Amino acid sequence: MKNLAKYFKPYTVWLIGLIILVWGQAYTNLTLPDYMSKIVNVIITSKSSKDIAPIWNNGLQMLLLTLFGGLCAMAIGFVAAKISTGYVRKLREAIFIKIERFSLNEFNSYSSSSLITRATNDMQQIQTVIAMLLRMAFLAPFMGVGSIIKAHQLSPSMSWIVYAAIGALVALIIMLFFVVIPKFTIIQKLVDKLSLQTREMLTGVRVIRAYNNDDRQQAKFNQTNLESTRLNIFVNRVMMLMQPAMTLIMGLASMAVVWYGAYMIKSHNLQVGNLLALMQYVMQTIMAFLMISIVFIMVPRAAVSLRRVSEILGTEPSISDPISPVHLAKEIRGTVEFHDVDFGYKGSKQQVLSHISFTAEPGQTTAIIGGTGSGKSTVLNLIPRLYDVTGGSITIDGIDVQQINQAELRQHIGYVPQKASLFSGTVGTNIGYGKPKASDKDLSKAASIAQASEFINGLPKKLDNPIAQAGNNVSGGQKQRLSIARALAKQPEIYLFDDSFSALDFKTDAALRKALNKELSKATFIVVAQRISTIMQAEKIIVLDDGKIVGIGNHHDLIRTSKVYKEIAESQLSAVELGED
Amino acid sequence: MEKKQTAPVGFRGGPGPMGGMRGGGTPQKPKNFKKTMKKIFSYLRPFWGRLALVAISAVISTIFAIASPKVLGNMTTEIVNAYIKSQMLGIALDINFTNIANIGFWLIGLYVVSALFSYLQSWLMTTITQKVTYQFRHQISEKIARLPLRYFDRHENGEIVSHVTNDVETISQNLNQSMTQIITSVIMIVGILGMMISISWQLTIIALMVLPTSMVLITIIVKRSQRYYDRQQAALGEIDGHIDEMFSNHAIVKTFNGEQRSINKFNLINNKLYNSGWKSQFLSGLMMPIMTFISNLGYVGVAVVGGWLAINGKITIGDIQAFIQYMNQFTQPISQTANIANVLQATAAAAERVFAFLDQAEEEPETNTVAAPKLIRGEVVLEDVSFGYDSNQPIIKHFSTHIKPKQSVAIVGPTGAGKTTIVNLLMRFYDIDSGSIKIDGIDTSTMKRNDVRQMFGMVLQDTWLFQGTIAENIAYGKSNATRKEIIAAAKAAHADHFIKTLPDGYDTIISETADIISAGEKQLLTIARAILADSPMLILDEATSSVDTRTEALIQSAMDKLSHGRTSFVIAHRLSTIRNADVILVMREGNIVEQGTHIELLAKKGYYAELYNSQFNQV
Repeated sequence: MKNLAKYFKPYTVWLIGLIILVWGQAYTNLTLPDYMSKIVNVIITSKSSKDIAPIWNNGLQMLLLTLFGGLCAMAIGFVAAKISTGYVRKLREAIFIKIERFSLNEFNSYSSSSLITRATNDMQQIQTVIAMLLRMAFLAPFMGVGSIIKAHQLSPSMSWIVYAAIGALVALIIMLFFVVIPKFTIIQKLVDKLSLQTREMLTGVRVIRAYNNDDRQQAKFNQTNLESTRLNIFVNRVMMLMQPAMTLIMGLASMAVVWYGAYMIKSHNLQVGNLLALMQYVMQTIMAFLMISIVFIMVPRAAVSLRRVSEILGTEPSISDPISPVHLAKEIRGTVEFHDVDFGYKGSKQQVLSHISFTAEPGQTTAIIGGTGSGKSTVLNLIPRLYDVTGGSITIDGIDVQQINQAELRQHIGYVPQKASLFSGTVGTNIGYGKPKASDKDLSKAASIAQASEFINGLPKKLDNPIAQAGNNVSGGQKQRLSIARALAKQPEIYLFDDSFSALDFKTDAALRKALNKELSKATFIVVAQRISTIMQAEKIIVLDDGKIVGIGNHHDLIRTSKVYKEIAESQLSAVELGED
Repeated sequence: MEKKQTAPVGFRGGPGPMGGMRGGGTPQKPKNFKKTMKKIFSYLRPFWGRLALVAISAVISTIFAIASPKVLGNMTTEIVNAYIKSQMLGIALDINFTNIANIGFWLIGLYVVSALFSYLQSWLMTTITQKVTYQFRHQISEKIARLPLRYFDRHENGEIVSHVTNDVETISQNLNQSMTQIITSVIMIVGILGMMISISWQLTIIALMVLPTSMVLITIIVKRSQRYYDRQQAALGEIDGHIDEMFSNHAIVKTFNGEQRSINKFNLINNKLYNSGWKSQFLSGLMMPIMTFISNLGYVGVAVVGGWLAINGKITIGDIQAFIQYMNQFTQPISQTANIANVLQATAAAAERVFAFLDQAEEEPETNTVAAPKLIRGEVVLEDVSFGYDSNQPIIKHFSTHIKPKQSVAIVGPTGAGKTTIVNLLMRFYDIDSGSIKIDGIDTSTMKRNDVRQMFGMVLQDTWLFQGTIAENIAYGKSNATRKEIIAAAKAAHADHFIKTLPDGYDTIISETADIISAGEKQLLTIARAILADSPMLILDEATSSVDTRTEALIQSAMDKLSHGRTSFVIAHRLSTIRNADVILVMREGNIVEQGTHIELLAKKGYYAELYNSQFNQV
């Protein structure tokens, strides 16, 4: 976790300042009881009621000390807030930039939800714990050790009370820790199970009712509910021991000070006034140890988060820009060639693609079809270098994509993913995402080709209509059309459609394909599809099976030559439409 | 000697300020506090005996706790008096250890009894609140079974799940905490105040002067820090949203070269978060030092004035010691009572949400039902059916059709045309507004809902499997099925092959979210489930894009097998299904606009013909 420490460096001076301030606060807390015992000693030795001056004197000093301590504590709050939020700001920024540079390989191995948790929850957790640590981790030892020393100074033979109280406290905490902490994990699991089972009842409501299985679901839920209730009762009963036991320990300790103190006073080993101070020190020691135990509970939690964050910072993106990049022409032709390409995911022995070679020409549609897991989407992902090939090469106009800067390469590619996803913003910012400087006219043009004009014009604010996060305020088909418009607005030479038409109804699908052919006659289209009807007109169809090309040709050739293609086609179309007779 | 408050079990502090002196953010306000609290108490009624015990224990433990500092002070006084006596008379110090031991044993008794009763009270209370929690969850789950589908279609699942988890948790924890705190805090405040006054009214005035000062200061700080806290929460929400959005769409961000823009936006929000974050943290962190400072001021005041009083012989040292202890204990119950209003408000707000859910209108009770026929031929007649999800917005208007036994019905139409409405009506997930649906001549609205549903096997595209083994999932409609029957059904559904490749075969555990089987395979399992249930009629939803072509072929073949010899309603996407159907129902914007066979509908040159041509005519 060394890579996390360096973000503390700018705060070295702050940290030193903090320690000085903490010392000031601890000094105040440790010195105040002294004054109290002085006052008591004045009272009991005073012969007349006129001896009031030393009390006032002491009082004034106490007042100043209190003020000093209070200022220290406030300053500690300031410094702790500055360090913890500042540190986390830097760390959050570092991790975000790092993750933005990750390729899909890293996203796959971590999963995007885990990356999100690391950048959000873990960060918050770290900040909370650091703030708490800064206030407690230094103060608690200062106070603990200081109080013990002070108590020892007042009466060495009474230190045993302090140790006994600490011993009892530590024993209590350790017992609770071992009995209860393992149960917490189980409780959390049961809570997850309860919510999972509720969710199950809700998502499956139609099926459950269709099969008249309400009672069974109820019984299952009830069992978990009972289990959770029983465990919670147990854990709560144990945890509830904490407070009465603590109060008991503190009460007995202060009593022991006075009781045993009486013997010490009798044997002239203790001044009467110091009795009160001694009690304070015992309490302060107990408090300090409580703080220390809180620190011990907090640190492992934060350590988990820190480790998860550190892991990210230690991961280097597997795809980076070449050292001496080759630049593409401003306007390229857009010939995409696969030369004997192999691909397998990092850490997996299985080959996803093997020996893939084909050429996608400008002005033509190259379609890729095949079953799930045949590697169709992967072929598309390799072109904008979302993944890098593990064998062979891909060229654009003869230049290897790995020799081109990623940003430059991607400028020429319009990609429409299988699952349309939008960003929060407006319709306009979404369409113009790949070309922020595009004019409204360009955006409208793209929308019109993508068959999105009609619904956009139906929106109250048209292009300026807000889009909610994840595009939740538009329908699936509308999302897909906007996602297509987004690729079109970029005006690239190469288009990659990853099964992008299936969310559209047949009518829109057909109209869209017609518009694409008309408006973008020079572009290179590479299309992954499930519906045969979508790709029947493609100039070149590549049939993939288990990562290998098992057929290349147009519809009429393949229907005769490729068994896999024929199988797929027959399941979707009738003989008449296949043009077999 | 401040009592340290232990955090309730399972309490998860939000990312709020560290001061811990307030409920974090603006507390949610219930609409009708009184009514809701009354309702909560009705849940506690069965425990009234134990609640009385809780109250008695709380009273005993608190009274004993209040008495102890005074008694300990007596012990000190005993010593001090002996000391002063020896000083005045110039004789050797003679402490009466018998008296001290007597006081000591009394004290031990006080401490132990107080601790025992305090624990007894927590023990009882935690049991009660956990049982109430159980009760709430149980009622919610039962409610889910009785609510009409209309409710689920209009509410987010997450909302209902959060009733079961968060809301119920809030109620139980707050109940546990506040119920006893109300009792103990009041006794503490009154008791301590009484003890303080009995020791010295002068010192009491000093101690009480501290209170309003800290209150005023705290209110000022809270107001200030609230502003930054709200800003911080807003920025936090914004940054979490941005991270979520960017990381969920990484491929898009990359291919559209959006990384730098994303980082710029991130930095902007991150700075906003920093600026509001440290201020919020600092301000709310001021609370503790200020409180400590002010209570130290009181301490100094008591020490000085107490000293002066003691010199004048108006107070003993032991009483000063006891007074200081009382003063330290005083702040806790006061901040607790100040907080209790917030806690109760949050409890009532959570409870109100739960009660609102429990009070939802349920499915109409079934009375005077007609028994379903034993042997179902599968004739379905819809007569003049009108229906709307909103009763004032009918989408199906006066629709009639007659499906003969064993006919197949294809339901077609573009996405969003409301094809599932037919399913909802046939299965009586929704009741029709007027007209009738008759199966074998019996009006389904006169039958039991369960009987109607039993007549249909259902395979939806939105496959639902529960957490359990594959075998259990297949046997979902026939819980007494043998392993042999299950395997036979799986084979018929072409699912046997892939099941065998799974690590534990038929005993492999799957869950709603599990990724071990694909969407297509899930659908095969639901087909196997329908095959095993062997219902006389079928509702099928053909696979579309999420399924690969080969699995689709398997699904098709299994569905064909399943529907053979049964009346079937198919939400159809495949042309062959549509063309071979005996009746095609064409849907558009919720309504059924045309019906007939493929040939008839084409000849009609209506909406169906338009749909058909747009799909398959050469572009």
